[in-house]
Amino acid sequence: MKRVQFEHSAIPYLFVAPQIIIIVVFFLWPAAQAIYQSFLLEDAFGLSSQFVWFRNYEDTILSESWLQAAGFTVLFSALVTFLSLALALLLAVKANEVIRGASTYKTTLMWAYAIAPPVAGLMGNLMFNPLIGDLYKFLNAIGWDFNHKLDSFDAGFVVVLISVWKQVSVNFIFFLSGLQGIPKSVLEASLMDCKSSLRRFWTITFPLLAPTTFFLMVINITYAFFETFGIIDTTTRGAPGGATTTLVFKVFQDGFRGADIGGSSAQSVVLMIMVLALTVVQFRFIERKVHY
Amino acid sequence: MKLKPLLAALALSTGILAPMQASAATEIQWWHAMGGRLGEVVNEIAEKYNGSQSDVVVVPTYKGGYEDTMTAGIAAFRAKEQPHIIQIFDAGAATIINAKGATVPVADLMTDFSIEDYIAGVRYFYADSAGKMIGLPFNSSTPLLYFNKDAFKEAGIDAPPKTWEEFEAIAPKLKEAGYIALAQSHSPWIFSENFHSRHNLQMATGNNGYDSTDVELLYNNDHMKMHWGKVKQWLDDGHYGFYGRAWGDNQDAFVQKKVAMWLGSSGSFGGLTKSAEFEFGTTFLPYWESITKEPTGTFIGGAALFAMAGHEDDEYKAIADFFGYMTSSENQVFWHKETGYVPITEAAYEDAKAEGYYESTPDAEIGILQLSLPGGEWTKGYRLGYYVQIREVMYKHFDDIFSGSASVDDAFAAMEKESNALLVRFNDTYK
Repeated sequence: MKRVQFEHSAIPYLFVAPQIIIIVVFFLWPAAQAIYQSFLLEDAFGLSSQFVWFRNYEDTILSESWLQAAGFTVLFSALVTFLSLALALLLAVKANEVIRGASTYKTTLMWAYAIAPPVAGLMGNLMFNPLIGDLYKFLNAIGWDFNHKLDSFDAGFVVVLISVWKQVSVNFIFFLSGLQGIPKSVLEASLMDCKSSLRRFWTITFPLLAPTTFFLMVINITYAFFETFGIIDTTTRGAPGGATTTLVFKVFQDGFRGADIGGSSAQSVVLMIMVLALTVVQFRFIERKVHY
Repeated sequence: MKLKPLLAALALSTGILAPMQASAATEIQWWHAMGGRLGEVVNEIAEKYNGSQSDVVVVPTYKGGYEDTMTAGIAAFRAKEQPHIIQIFDAGAATIINAKGATVPVADLMTDFSIEDYIAGVRYFYADSAGKMIGLPFNSSTPLLYFNKDAFKEAGIDAPPKTWEEFEAIAPKLKEAGYIALAQSHSPWIFSENFHSRHNLQMATGNNGYDSTDVELLYNNDHMKMHWGKVKQWLDDGHYGFYGRAWGDNQDAFVQKKVAMWLGSSGSFGGLTKSAEFEFGTTFLPYWESITKEPTGTFIGGAALFAMAGHEDDEYKAIADFFGYMTSSENQVFWHKETGYVPITEAAYEDAKAEGYYESTPDAEIGILQLSLPGGEWTKGYRLGYYVQIREVMYKHFDDIFSGSASVDDAFAAMEKESNALLVRFNDTYK
């Protein structure tokens, strides 16, 4: 009997080519460039360059300002991820239970989804303006000696608040659809077994939401690391005293403002490694606990 | 950083957007950082010039703020798509001038060029160590003290302070009248760079950085620390308002009558006449009598126009012709009156005077008078690498002084260490 051999055609490769080209041109090539540049000391205009091994890494990531930014980034990302997930989950569970006017609640909560981070930042900046900002005046009126221009805690509060506000609606949409995907029969069965709604939530609903939560966690950490750049740039710009400078913002400051290409490339490479490591950890260790 | 795709995108967009030239006129691309009203004036200048002759067409393009414009120019240069003329600001001067082969010096470009034609305060800021002018000073400004005359009347004060000692005497009176005495909009420029020029103090080794890139910053000195100790004291006593580092937020505090005096730019004059609903005056940047009895002038801030390398000979002729128009008295007086930036040539200043402009608006002359004050060894400016980042370092530590999280001594020690590390990096990169 003759073995059936499929003819290999070039057509499938043609179909995936656009995606592959996009990945190569916009992701792999720039990443390779960043790695290459991170070993060079080169003037901004590219007229002279020298290979310096790890000099750029030593100069930048061992500096106090980088370490300060790294510390803030970790704290900031943890806070933004946790708070925006927790708040969105609470809102989704409550909105899911509402019967009268449910769509009004849902639509209102989803609204902020379309707002870009820099726009959210500009709005926040106005609300926290020391001369005309309502939130600034309100916080001072209730007895909080609030001054985000000088106090690093207050500045952190501003950027976390805006970043969380912007992200809650995204998470809300996912949690709500996740909740609606839980079979009614399971929920009804649990209702027979347990009276406490809180206990039912933690033992039945929450584990069933785990795939959604895991997905959102990955998305939110990426958001907190990278996309909040627009919020930082339009509000505190890393002030006061570098207290709200994230790693991405520092890459921007050194590379795009300061024209230090080698130094900011080295920082990008380190950031790339950090995110890669974080993703590995998430998929290796946390995803194991997720049941699909 | 991932510059390459950016370059490609830039190259594409400029290539597509550049209007097709039907005639034989040489097209000159001019990238600038003048937004809002200033941008309109830039366009007017280009239109006037284009209308005045038929050989050259200047196309101005707004590229965002100073840093954005510099970054765009650098990216374009690396993609060999650079504009003919680019506006580079004071803090970026070292980056472009030290990159050998990125620009063509103005002094070489222009026929019958003489540096003596320019007013004293602007001559050498964009020149090399031998005194050869590299960039053509364009929007030149200098820090001035603006004061609210109504507030001064309410507080019973006759004249604005000449010295910081006088300031300390009147600040409590203004506080009683319900005002914070002072705010300012740019602490590196006003309270550091020009602080040194006003008191004729050296701010960096190697002739303020003009002679070499192997230099160290000298900000960690007793006079600077004394000044910043005082500023912190004023903040705590309610005589100094800090509204963040954004230029506009501090200017707004003056416009909204929260503060009675504001240190800003001579270029802010035009905008303030429109926004301030009270009578205000301008005067020189105050000095400390305890440091010097003979204060010296300030140097210019703002930006200059650089002719970028890598173009054809006829294009350089066109650039030279346009630069000739830019420095003409007629254009300088127009620019000066429209924007409040100072005229850069002696002839233009004389023309504005002859017109009687300063009799009707005496405040517009204060900036030029300050730039024409007796100079000293250290009033020519500075040339420091990675100065954009050094300013970031300064802002960071000034914040720490204000918030009290670092003492003045500690803040300046840390500033010195971090700034000098950046200067070492710059020297190793550009040597």
